[in-house]
Amino acid sequence: MSRQEITVGVGGEAGEGIGRTGDSIAKIAARHGLHIYAYNSYQSVIRGGHVWLRIRIATEKIHNHGDHLNVLIALNQDTLDRHLREVDSDGWVLFNTEVVRVPEDHRGDLRYCGVPCKALCKDLGYKPVMQNTVLLGAATWVLQLDFSYVEGVMQDIFKHKGAPVVRENVQVAWRGYEYARENFPPIHSPFPRGPKPLAVTTGNEMFALGAVAAGCKFYAAYPMTPASSILHWFARYGPELGVVVKQCEDELAVINFAIGAGFAGVRALCATSGGGFSLMTEAIGEAAMTETPVVVINAMRGGPSTGLPTKTEQADFWQLFGASQGDYPKMILAPTDALDCYYTMAEAFNWAERYQIPVLVASDLYLSEHRETVDPADIRFDVPIDRGESALREWPEDREYKRFADTPTGVSPRVLPGTPGVCYTAATDEHDERGILISDVGTDPVKRKKSMDKRMRKLRFLRQEIPAPQVIGPERADVTLVGWGSTKGILIEAADRLTRAGISTNVLALKYLYPFPSDGVMDVLRRSPKVIVVEQNYTGQLMRHIRAETGFLAHGAVRKYDGEPMEPAYVVQGVKAILEDGISVFPGE
Amino acid sequence: MATAVLDVIQEIRDVPVEAYEGPVHPDWCPGCGDYGVLKALQKALAYLQIDPSQVVVVSGIGCSSNLPGFIRAYGFHGLHGRALPVAEGIKLANPRLHVVVTGGDGDGYGIGMGHFIHAMRRNLDITYIVMNNQIYGLTTGQVSPTSMKGVRTKSTPYGNIEPPVNPIALALMSGATYVARGFSGDPNHLASLVAHGIRHRGFALIDVFSPCVTYNNVNTYAWFRQRVYRLEDEGHDPSDFARAVEKALEFGDRIPIGLFYEIEVETYEDLEPAYKRGIPVDQPLGLSPEEGARLVQAWM
Ligand SMILES: Cc1ncc(C[n+]2csc(CCOP(=O)(O)OP(=O)(O)O)c2C)c(N)n1
Repeated sequence: MSRQEITVGVGGEAGEGIGRTGDSIAKIAARHGLHIYAYNSYQSVIRGGHVWLRIRIATEKIHNHGDHLNVLIALNQDTLDRHLREVDSDGWVLFNTEVVRVPEDHRGDLRYCGVPCKALCKDLGYKPVMQNTVLLGAATWVLQLDFSYVEGVMQDIFKHKGAPVVRENVQVAWRGYEYARENFPPIHSPFPRGPKPLAVTTGNEMFALGAVAAGCKFYAAYPMTPASSILHWFARYGPELGVVVKQCEDELAVINFAIGAGFAGVRALCATSGGGFSLMTEAIGEAAMTETPVVVINAMRGGPSTGLPTKTEQADFWQLFGASQGDYPKMILAPTDALDCYYTMAEAFNWAERYQIPVLVASDLYLSEHRETVDPADIRFDVPIDRGESALREWPEDREYKRFADTPTGVSPRVLPGTPGVCYTAATDEHDERGILISDVGTDPVKRKKSMDKRMRKLRFLRQEIPAPQVIGPERADVTLVGWGSTKGILIEAADRLTRAGISTNVLALKYLYPFPSDGVMDVLRRSPKVIVVEQNYTGQLMRHIRAETGFLAHGAVRKYDGEPMEPAYVVQGVKAILEDGISVFPGE
Repeated sequence: MATAVLDVIQEIRDVPVEAYEGPVHPDWCPGCGDYGVLKALQKALAYLQIDPSQVVVVSGIGCSSNLPGFIRAYGFHGLHGRALPVAEGIKLANPRLHVVVTGGDGDGYGIGMGHFIHAMRRNLDITYIVMNNQIYGLTTGQVSPTSMKGVRTKSTPYGNIEPPVNPIALALMSGATYVARGFSGDPNHLASLVAHGIRHRGFALIDVFSPCVTYNNVNTYAWFRQRVYRLEDEGHDPSDFARAVEKALEFGDRIPIGLFYEIEVETYEDLEPAYKRGIPVDQPLGLSPEEGARLVQAWM
């Protein structure tokens, strides 16, 4: 079976139920066994403002939200006016004729499918908000999805309001479906069913589930988009799973709560976005100095300052890298897709505990909030849990215990508070192997150097454990696209299109940012005649990091910082511009 | 209840504290009020017969915040102003531990003020001892949030023009369920306040006049001795909230020390839903396949 795919855009005013319509389409498709990838472009208002959801549906796994549109569902005039030009030729435009008007000078290559929503349902006691449901029904016909799944989804959404409400919504959707069937041809033959239903999830939900599977027992947060949905998931499921979930007074408290819980011996997680992370930075160093494991997610949004609360960017890398004063061991990970978010949590907790360091996880709004289908079979619950020497509950009586004992790896055995017979203080001031809190001891130059060497030594061993980066695509290619974190799925598709256009291209998608796998990265970059670093920021933070860590200066850069995620077409266009016009940075100022 | 504090003073005077002696002697200035606080805490723990390994002493930064290094117990010496959140995290993860927070007035009522108020309204079972010397000691003598109006310090050479915060009144208004004030110059009374504070179920604040003999030449031992009196000696009833507030506002020729207020209500731990599964630090890690499948089912 050849791959089939369709991209649907749904837009309207915030509060009109765009999210619900979009989620319904996503769920219906996933229950068909089809894959989806959706991205919600929204604004920082609760009502009003333009909300725009693009859902890509395909018979095979897809890794980004795409860059075109086959079907436009306009819930208001604004949506039609804004997005009409994005629809591919022969595309479909679905709208309620009672609220949206097709302009006089409309494009002739589209199929306009006006549905008189209210009139259709007047005998059913139609409420204006139900135009979504009518159009959802119509879309189900146009997309050739099975109507029985609409019933199931309505059941899920409205079950708490009682059977009559479910029934009414199903009826309303059916009117839309019937009307479309009578009046419009479908966009293609029926979507083939996939082998089994799939789960629809987000990066944030996968972080949360992954953390719990990895043994997280403490989650603290202060609400900040786009990290908040991790808090919401934990708040909902934490209590029954035995996870203490705490919304604190601010991010200073959040991270210190997490460090306290980590010190007491549980796997502790917190998450925020850039502004909150700024407040956490002093404590990141505290975790490193006291050798307390903690995992922190920074779901980046556009910055600086409070910046773009609802838009995506990858511009906090230097902030993660430079978080907290002084030199100290840490780790920075940038997971690349929803499933990777899940498994990264297990890795992060294992690194954090085995090395007794803070582990910083970079996500962004695109990765954290996008919706994606995942095969439930790919979510394994028996993730490896390795606490190293970090949660000891006893210590032999005949052995002296030094909390910060100088060891060959820099990692000292960590006995948990409450363990009989042992006592120590973990100090954020410089200290010796026993943790003595006398400044003459900590500031003694010889001892200070010894303590620094001990802590920093961890990085050497950590670096050796980091998997070597793998190129995706051919070993050798004309162009190598280098990116980090969430853009992986976009780069792979862009590389594919470039290769088909005659420019052989491969991808190096980096997840391990610090310590940096310099040798492995150099092995890849050295082979490539044209290395182009693609990132969602202004200053080329990864590009400079690569240069700092390896001395390698990339040949070109594709950057984006307008708040909207990269799309494959944008990367393709950027690479072509660099190759053809001889510029080094696309788009440039 | 009023006399409970006084009853203990006799018993606590001579308890042996060797079991609670830390690895090193404090490097505080000779005569520093903090020695008395350290001794009082050791006596309180000894009196209550709490094993040192069941205690975690958490602090921020400051002279007084070095205390965890000088006592035998588990300790966490954290960031300036952030001791309470660390302590709250520890307590939530392992509520079996006795968590005692020690620090200075700058640490607790300056940089840590937000955490202070929120910790009190949460009513976690934590004991918070503030060594209030009305000055910033470790940074060599700047004005603090509890410095009196008019005092000249390194950072207020023309006299402090801000009025002080009133930690006792603040604690009462913020929902602290045990509010007391001690004086380093009355160590057995202080020790008994601390012992009661540790035994108290819920958040206990013990603000302590702990003179800085190096940088504060106004609020000296002698200055306090002339003014302080024990609430217990005057038959103050610590269950009387209105009267506690009245006493909290008394600061001048006569300054009350002792137990202002105590009430027993539900603690945060009593309400924490996750504890139905047991204490977090004792929980097995990970998800069972059934639990996992159920969570994924919500996404189908
Ligand atoms: C974020 C931060 N700001 C400032 C300091 C410097 N600092 C260290 S201790 C201290 C004040 C100490 O006063 P207090 O808390 O009253 O304790 P004391 O030394 O008087 O016992 C300050 C401002 C710091 N360590 N961290």
